[in-house]
Amino acid sequence: MSAPTTPAAGSPREHRARLRISPGLWFALPFLVLFVGFLVWPLIQGLWMSLTDASLSARAGQFIGWDNYAEALVDAEMWRAIGNTLLFTALSTVPLVAVAFVMAILVYTGLPGQWAWRLAFFAPYLLPVGVVALLFLWLYQPDLGLYNQLLAAVGGEGVAWLSDESVAMWSIVLTTLWWTVGFNFLLYLAALQSIPDHLYEAAALDGAGAWRRLWSITLPQLRRTTAMITILQILASLKVFDQVYLLSKGGPNGSTRPVIEYMYDVGFTGYRLGYASAVSYVFFAIVIAISIAQFAAFRRKES
Amino acid sequence: MAVTEAPRRTTATTASARPRPMGARRARTTANSSSHHILGDGPLPRILALSALGVMAALWLLPLGWALFTALKSEQDASNADHWFWPQHGFTLDGFRTVIERGDLPLWMFNSLLIASVVTIITVAISALAAYSFSRTLFRGRKLWMTATVAAILVPPQLLIVPWFQQMLSLGLADTYAAVILPQTVAPVMVFILKKHFDGIPRELEEAARLDGAGHFRTFWSVILPLSRPMLAAVAIFVFIGAWNNFLWPFVSTSDPNLMTLPVGLTSVKNAYGIQYAQTMASAVLSSLPLIVMFMFFQRHIVKSVATAGLGGQ
Repeated sequence: MSAPTTPAAGSPREHRARLRISPGLWFALPFLVLFVGFLVWPLIQGLWMSLTDASLSARAGQFIGWDNYAEALVDAEMWRAIGNTLLFTALSTVPLVAVAFVMAILVYTGLPGQWAWRLAFFAPYLLPVGVVALLFLWLYQPDLGLYNQLLAAVGGEGVAWLSDESVAMWSIVLTTLWWTVGFNFLLYLAALQSIPDHLYEAAALDGAGAWRRLWSITLPQLRRTTAMITILQILASLKVFDQVYLLSKGGPNGSTRPVIEYMYDVGFTGYRLGYASAVSYVFFAIVIAISIAQFAAFRRKES
Repeated sequence: MAVTEAPRRTTATTASARPRPMGARRARTTANSSSHHILGDGPLPRILALSALGVMAALWLLPLGWALFTALKSEQDASNADHWFWPQHGFTLDGFRTVIERGDLPLWMFNSLLIASVVTIITVAISALAAYSFSRTLFRGRKLWMTATVAAILVPPQLLIVPWFQQMLSLGLADTYAAVILPQTVAPVMVFILKKHFDGIPRELEEAARLDGAGHFRTFWSVILPLSRPMLAAVAIFVFIGAWNNFLWPFVSTSDPNLMTLPVGLTSVKNAYGIQYAQTMASAVLSSLPLIVMFMFFQRHIVKSVATAGLGGQ
């Protein structure tokens, strides 16, 4: 990559660009102003705040160096929240990719009712998280909720879906699966529909049966898509907050509280904006590390 | 992965000049041919696949179906543990009536619609302009800005809520529509997607316009944009759904009930209605309607939007 100030050697347009704002910059300007104002600057400001004791009440914070980070390093609650986020990511990614895959394969078979299948699987993704929370608080309701009523009807015992520490995280994973699997399902379906027909036709001429075609054409063609979906899903799962906050408030006993909720609690409930910024940067460092590791692994497989 | 478009409404030259590996074929045509690809000829695999699909679809429709069923009961029946399934007093629209008469739900929907629409218009406009400048023009620092934009895709917006909050206080924008809208309009990934798309449009098409004396804006407006309509629609739909359902920032940035969006307002429903399950489910059902109805009418466009914008142009 060449230095940013020399776009194309000797181009006359470049010469003019040095004298006045070139038309290209005018085009980019509205975006760049908002980009700097609401992304780059807040990113720097957040880093600065993480080095201060800024609070929600007193406006200007005092510079306190690395104190917030030193505190975070030994903050058991923060590490527990990070652990919860990682646990949620681990538990949710596999079903969110696998169930999406099964749905897509089944719809791809071309059975009648394409429109209805897509509606059934994707509609939940279109619901605001507030609706998702209301629906599942009702389904998970211990006495009247549908799930426990159905369990009772088959002679099973009721489950404390959101108030049992060993179950709550699973309930949140289940809700998330229902809510967002449609997105991955559509990505898989699009990938399936782009497999060229001639591959199947050639295989059919060679006498390959249906199973054979699934194993040696369909699945290999989806390898790249699966890698991409998994990467995006991990990044999305790491940012979990909304549904946890609305379903369990991070409880019972902090057993489902993700790191973003911890950041929110520290900053907006505990009024410690400086420390909340430090927590968010610790989280950011983890996201960056995971992203880099994933893309490196992806690249290596590609080549 | 190159971004994909169906060839309709673009000229034949552009459509065929670019590789289209994904989602380019009509679902209608695949529906018939692909059945053969993995199911084979016998009736048994078809029956098995159909039942598997049916079971999954039923499971996925259950939460919304149960919400609707509950919403149509009287409050008394909704919380009757002994007769939890079939209502003893028949069905009623009372739940819906109460929710609509309260009036806050329509307000939240209006706010969501307003905010999501403005976010979508601004995001698509500034992203398309920036993408054009990155794709077709030269200016000082272009590579640096482009690199910064791509790198910024990795920044989780949740990370920025604390500084945004401070920023809105110091700009005097706290508790305004502008505070909710502005941070949401910066979408580096959309700039990236559109730039990749513009890069794929052959330059010969612009040469003709250039020869006619068209400047950058004319070229952008009458050559590039018309050729990118499906792509712009895909980006717009994606941004709109995201903004409509965005929760954390609207939740943090507004304390005025008059500014609440649907996802934020709904969090107060549970507390306000106590154990009024029929009313609660009525508001859940009403709140799901706008986008689900939209999906029913524009399914093909929305499916394509997710398939193109969803992978982030990868």
